[in-house]
Amino acid sequence: MKIAVASGKGGTGKTTVAVNLALSIKGSTLIDCDVEGPNCHLFVRGPMKKVKDVSIPAPKFDLDKCTYCGKCADFCQYNAISVIGRKLLFFKELCHGCGGCRIICPAEAVEEIEHHIGVIEMNEGERPLFHGMLDIGEPFGVPIIRELKGLSDDDGITIFDSPPGTACPAVETMRDVDLCILVTEPTPFGLHDLKLTVDVVREIGVPFGVVVNRDGIGDDRVDTYCREEGIPLLAKIPNDMEIAKAYSMGVPIVVALPHYMELFREIYEKARGMI
Amino acid sequence: MVRELTVISGKGGCGKTTLTASFSALARNHVTADADVDAADMHILLDPKVLRTERFHGLNIAKMNDELCINCGKCYENCRYGAFDPDNTLHPEKCEGCAVCELVCPVGAIDMVEREAGEAYVSETRFGPLIHAKLHAGEEASGKLVALVRERARQVAEDQGKDLIIIDGPPGTGCTVISSMTGVDLVLVVIEPSLSGIHDSKRILDVAKHFRIPSVVCINKYDINKENTHSIMEFCRNEGIEVVGKLPYDETATKAMMGGKTVVEFSEGELSQSIKEIWRRVEKELI
Repeated sequence: MKIAVASGKGGTGKTTVAVNLALSIKGSTLIDCDVEGPNCHLFVRGPMKKVKDVSIPAPKFDLDKCTYCGKCADFCQYNAISVIGRKLLFFKELCHGCGGCRIICPAEAVEEIEHHIGVIEMNEGERPLFHGMLDIGEPFGVPIIRELKGLSDDDGITIFDSPPGTACPAVETMRDVDLCILVTEPTPFGLHDLKLTVDVVREIGVPFGVVVNRDGIGDDRVDTYCREEGIPLLAKIPNDMEIAKAYSMGVPIVVALPHYMELFREIYEKARGMI
Repeated sequence: MVRELTVISGKGGCGKTTLTASFSALARNHVTADADVDAADMHILLDPKVLRTERFHGLNIAKMNDELCINCGKCYENCRYGAFDPDNTLHPEKCEGCAVCELVCPVGAIDMVEREAGEAYVSETRFGPLIHAKLHAGEEASGKLVALVRERARQVAEDQGKDLIIIDGPPGTGCTVISSMTGVDLVLVVIEPSLSGIHDSKRILDVAKHFRIPSVVCINKYDINKENTHSIMEFCRNEGIEVVGKLPYDETATKAMMGGKTVVEFSEGELSQSIKEIWRRVEKELI
């Protein structure tokens, strides 16, 4: 079973829910797909060890063979190549590694080399944890997310911590899971971004439920919205200063405040009932 | 010369939009731009009147003509994004628009077609122009939409003689973030004193350094963990990064949001005063 924990708005408590859910489910695996800012490892003991490097193909131009015909530049949909007179410019950070320039080059002046974009690391603690880390200055984390998702435990339970937003990294994480848990907070920002995420999850076609975090700081418009839309409300996590303090120190809620274990088990039971 | 400021944090939910909206209320003669195009929230506080809506076309997308397809498998072999199954079935949602399939198809069964990926808006608010956007559900090319928002913001600034663009950045360190900060005059990094907040803000400070953009720091909810706040201050001192202020944890921020107002409009209390002080210091940095 694969469960993705997601939210449009950042900082609503995705990592909190993912980590504590994993700690509440025996035999689960946690995979942090927020490769631009992974945080799950801050809540587990022990160091992360590198499992592998992630690279994408990037072109290398042999300027002795290049005839400066400009076909590669015309073809590249990402504007990563520019040919002006007898000068070829390559903008690595725009390249998606599609390989089109190599195919189209009539002079066979393009070969492909590996371009490092990040790493995958793991921690064999109480629960196996995998995460990816996008190199600084690299724009595209999706290839790392694809590799991470391949590490899920097909026979067991895997929890994915999704990146924020509704664009490609979040979609890649939520695609092909059995259930999405959308974490929000009861504020106008939280509700607005929840609606955006609901649109995405509906489009992907995955069942989903909502967890309200910091319950009590705002109003009940999220409740009303979920009721009207027929979206199951899986749990409410109260706005508890003790939770915020534990979070700031990197201590999972269920470790610092064990009475919350029940709440996360309940989220899991309800989620399981929906699949 | 139009100056540009981007407010950013790495980790989401650190108070970027709350702070940026207050800056927008405090600044004079400026344009505000919301670069968090896949979860834009600025409009909730600024209540814009949309003057102009523009369709945003992202990358083109592959379209297969099944009648022409001869099942040669070239598209499947050459696509690096998994958009084709071995039987040549196309999954458009995985297409990244590279056009390699169109290039390798020997019978012209694949065309790259335009798709609408979002909308960009030029709006007017009680604090001057706001440029914002909405990426359609699950679309790619959000970095390009950010670039469009910034381009429109610069145009509006030039047309109306504004001298500053205040940009509310997205979370993360990837394409939208890079697109929201390249070439700006100053980045303000909002840090929350949690281990996650510190971890992610160090990454974003590295991104700023990588692109050689000057950055300053502001600590939000500093009193949630004073020890961590202290270590952020020390880190910044060692790195030579200026800390322009510290904001306390204060429910006023949420209350103002509930009322659809910026903090500085909503209250004259401690939080509001601290934000004003931070703005004075940021403004000074921008000159």
